[in-house]
Amino acid sequence: MELFFQLVLNGLTLGSVYGLVALGLTLVYGILHVPNFSHGALYMVGAYVAFILMSNYGVNYWVAIAGAAVVVGVLAMLSERLVFHPLRDAPPIHDKIAAIGILLFLEAGVMAIWGADFRRMPTPYSGIVDIFGLTAPAQRLLIIAGAFVLVVALHLFLKKTILGSTIIAMAQNREGAALVGINATKVSLLTFFISGALAAVAAGLFAPINLVYPAMGHLVIMKAFVIIVLGGMGSIPGAIIGGLIIGFAESFAGFYISTHYKDLVAFLLLVVILSVRPEGLFTKGVR
Amino acid sequence: MKYLQGKAGWAILIALALLFPLVAGNNYQLYVMSLAFIFAISTAGLNLITGYTGQLNLGHAGFMAIGAYTVGILTVTYEWPFWGAFAMSGVVAGVIGFFVGVVSLRLKEHFFAIFTLCVGFIIYLIIEKWDSVTGGTVGIIGIPGPAPIGPITFDSAISQYYLVVFFLVVSLWLMHRIVNSLLGRTFIAIRNSDDLAQALGINLMRNKTLSFVLSTFYAGIAGGLYAGYVRFLGPDLAGTHYTFDMITYLLVGGIGTLMGPVAGSLLVAWVTQSLQFLQDYRMVVFGPLLVLLVIFFPHGIVGFYYKKRMEREMKKRAAEASRAQAVKKEAGTNA
Amino acid sequence: MLKIENLTKQFGGLTAVRDVSVTFEKGKINAIIGPNGAGKTTFFNLISGMHQPTSGRIIFKGVDVTRMRADQVARLGVARTFQTTHLFDNATVFDNLIVGHRLRTKSGFWDVVFNTKRLREEEKACRKKAEEVLEFVGLNHAAYRLAGDISQEERKRVAFALALATEPDLVLLDEPAGGVNPEETVGLAELIKKMVRHGLTVCLIEHKMDMIMGMADKIMVLDHGEKIAEGTPAEIQRNPVVIEAYLGSEHAAA
Ligand SMILES: Nc1ncnc2c1ncn2[C@@H]1O[C@H](COP(=O)(O)OP(=O)(O)OP(=O)(O)O)[C@@H](O)[C@H]1O
Ligand SMILES: [Mg+2]
Repeated sequence: MELFFQLVLNGLTLGSVYGLVALGLTLVYGILHVPNFSHGALYMVGAYVAFILMSNYGVNYWVAIAGAAVVVGVLAMLSERLVFHPLRDAPPIHDKIAAIGILLFLEAGVMAIWGADFRRMPTPYSGIVDIFGLTAPAQRLLIIAGAFVLVVALHLFLKKTILGSTIIAMAQNREGAALVGINATKVSLLTFFISGALAAVAAGLFAPINLVYPAMGHLVIMKAFVIIVLGGMGSIPGAIIGGLIIGFAESFAGFYISTHYKDLVAFLLLVVILSVRPEGLFTKGVR
Repeated sequence: MKYLQGKAGWAILIALALLFPLVAGNNYQLYVMSLAFIFAISTAGLNLITGYTGQLNLGHAGFMAIGAYTVGILTVTYEWPFWGAFAMSGVVAGVIGFFVGVVSLRLKEHFFAIFTLCVGFIIYLIIEKWDSVTGGTVGIIGIPGPAPIGPITFDSAISQYYLVVFFLVVSLWLMHRIVNSLLGRTFIAIRNSDDLAQALGINLMRNKTLSFVLSTFYAGIAGGLYAGYVRFLGPDLAGTHYTFDMITYLLVGGIGTLMGPVAGSLLVAWVTQSLQFLQDYRMVVFGPLLVLLVIFFPHGIVGFYYKKRMEREMKKRAAEASRAQAVKKEAGTNA
Repeated sequence: MLKIENLTKQFGGLTAVRDVSVTFEKGKINAIIGPNGAGKTTFFNLISGMHQPTSGRIIFKGVDVTRMRADQVARLGVARTFQTTHLFDNATVFDNLIVGHRLRTKSGFWDVVFNTKRLREEEKACRKKAEEVLEFVGLNHAAYRLAGDISQEERKRVAFALALATEPDLVLLDEPAGGVNPEETVGLAELIKKMVRHGLTVCLIEHKMDMIMGMADKIMVLDHGEKIAEGTPAEIQRNPVVIEAYLGSEHAAA
């Protein structure tokens, strides 16, 4: 029971982090139809900004995460203005290559400024919580709760505010949205900001139980891609459910199969899914 | 620049490559050049599937690693002779490429890029984790260099350099054949619009798979050469950053042009050398460069040259055509 | 020539083509008209194998092609143009056309490696075909211009030429005169008639009524995916259902 609980907790933690990263990725895909390969680098920058704010400036954990969210959100907006927007009508491989350029730049930039060392981020919540006789590290509970709050907030924003519903409208129908007078530039920028901020918060929450280093975004972004392919490119509930599926799959496969190969689980899942359904799991058939 | 075309152009470029050791100050320069050429071969393969056929393969370095590890494992663990193992490097990469291609090439646009990114990562993870076969993170050391062929030995830096040049020239010659033939036109038609290509009776799966297998074969051969040249291997070779490097070469040199991969890998290699002080941070420069290239200069160096040449030719042709028409008109009024 | 039986295509919940049956006879000009979004392009996509129908049958020259891929259908002799003309803009018109005859050639990778006689002959054949179709569509003068530099009307002609290079029996033209001025439209109509004189069967989608009424042997009207009428131009012009559909959609649009 104890063991099972730990595995579930672990799965929920991973699923929360992956879900948040995938959410940003899927939002951007929904609006611009660009698979943003630089999203993992944004996640990494988020972890660094939070870490530096805490360790160099002694900022409070939550303020550091909020600061990281703003910085990364603005970075994401910059990438939209300077890179993706000018390339919106270019041949299909160009925007992907440009995204890779951003990724390479951010990684090398972080390395140049803060070095390639692995760092550990401190957390004020290092204790163990006791629930119904089961123990759980406080940080993990925090991650799950944090992700839950963010998802609910995002849901309310998209569904209940006018600004949020313009994002949905544009994701569903770009031309139609333009016709009813939605300002495409504003919506794009907003979407990129949200996507960057979500990645930064995910990184800030996850960093204390993981390490902070320049390549930390690689695995996460690839898993996020697997998740949005799984959940349907552009689908918001798909990203959350997909995140949980991958989180649990990894947690349980890591224990019951092999920790050695647990990172392979997500990718093998992708290969199997796309082999059987080339258009993705939840996309409606087009052919 | 006229003399850079046709047979004369080839002869000049080959002569330059052959004469390089005479001007090279030391073996280190030969080493840099040889590695750049090896990566040019692999990049030429990437160019076929991505530049000519329009499918962005983000797992290309994985196939290069497969070729390299084929040579490493066969020569070190199974004590195969070098050339036998080398021949297998392209074949193994091509066969794996075939199976990956059959599954992934049905996917549209983004899905293919994402899928191959994951395939590249799977290859990396397998190499890193499968200790008993690949040596895991330690890798493989003590790979023999190319064995002598008759009286020709490959012990000196110069002879190894010439060996690499030989394979580069053969690779490019074959690539030249491919892209200028009906086959190459078929690939380009698919890049241009797969719907139109299919409506013109082109079997998309068959042609894309052929292009992909050839591209992975090139990667495998380049990997095999790399193993014999560097003599040790680590899983790092399969890492995405090598794929990203090759994409940079492609864009700098000119994507979808024959000489683009060579121009790009040479230029980037030498610029990197002169940016030594940047070391691991060179991507601070090349990352934004990649972005700027795609936005403002998507044809690269070679592509730019072709474009200029094409424009000049168009002007000449137009002038000729209007002259011919004038003559015709005159003949018409006279008759 | 072409027989369609109860053809239906659904995209998710939307039925783009619903239970359409029709026959197109050899050597005739058949037109398909209908308001925007009526399912005309989808109908072409089904015939040409781009999309698989949800149900129904397509029989071309007595062969059931319902489940065939687009390239297989093309090889059997169905060519098509697209509503928007995709050309490779950085190559010359002539270079764009060479690949049009590729489906009638057999050279593969090994022919390329060994530069076989077959390859050389087939490349020659492809060039000859390209010259021939250029001549046919009257674009000889533009052969060596960049495809990106030619006018919309010339692009349409190149698209026709590409279709013709596949040596088809049936040509499907999706809005061949879209975005082209009235004088040029007359020229394109002439070209279509010339194709028919040379033994081809043509099926076209067009919004330009005077062009259609002047040249079509038979018109089929689609609305919301359904065939609402079929007949000669005169019959269609008198048909109250058609008038209603068009007026209705115009009212809706206004
Ligand atoms: N691949 C697709 N997936 C989903 N829906 C589609 C697809 N292709 C077409 N449709 C839908 O099918 C309907 C018919 O579209 P179609 O393009 O066939 O119309 P059309 O008659 O050619 O219109 P137009 O005159 O504007 O070209 C439209 O509602 C369209 O949105
Ligand atoms: Mg249409």
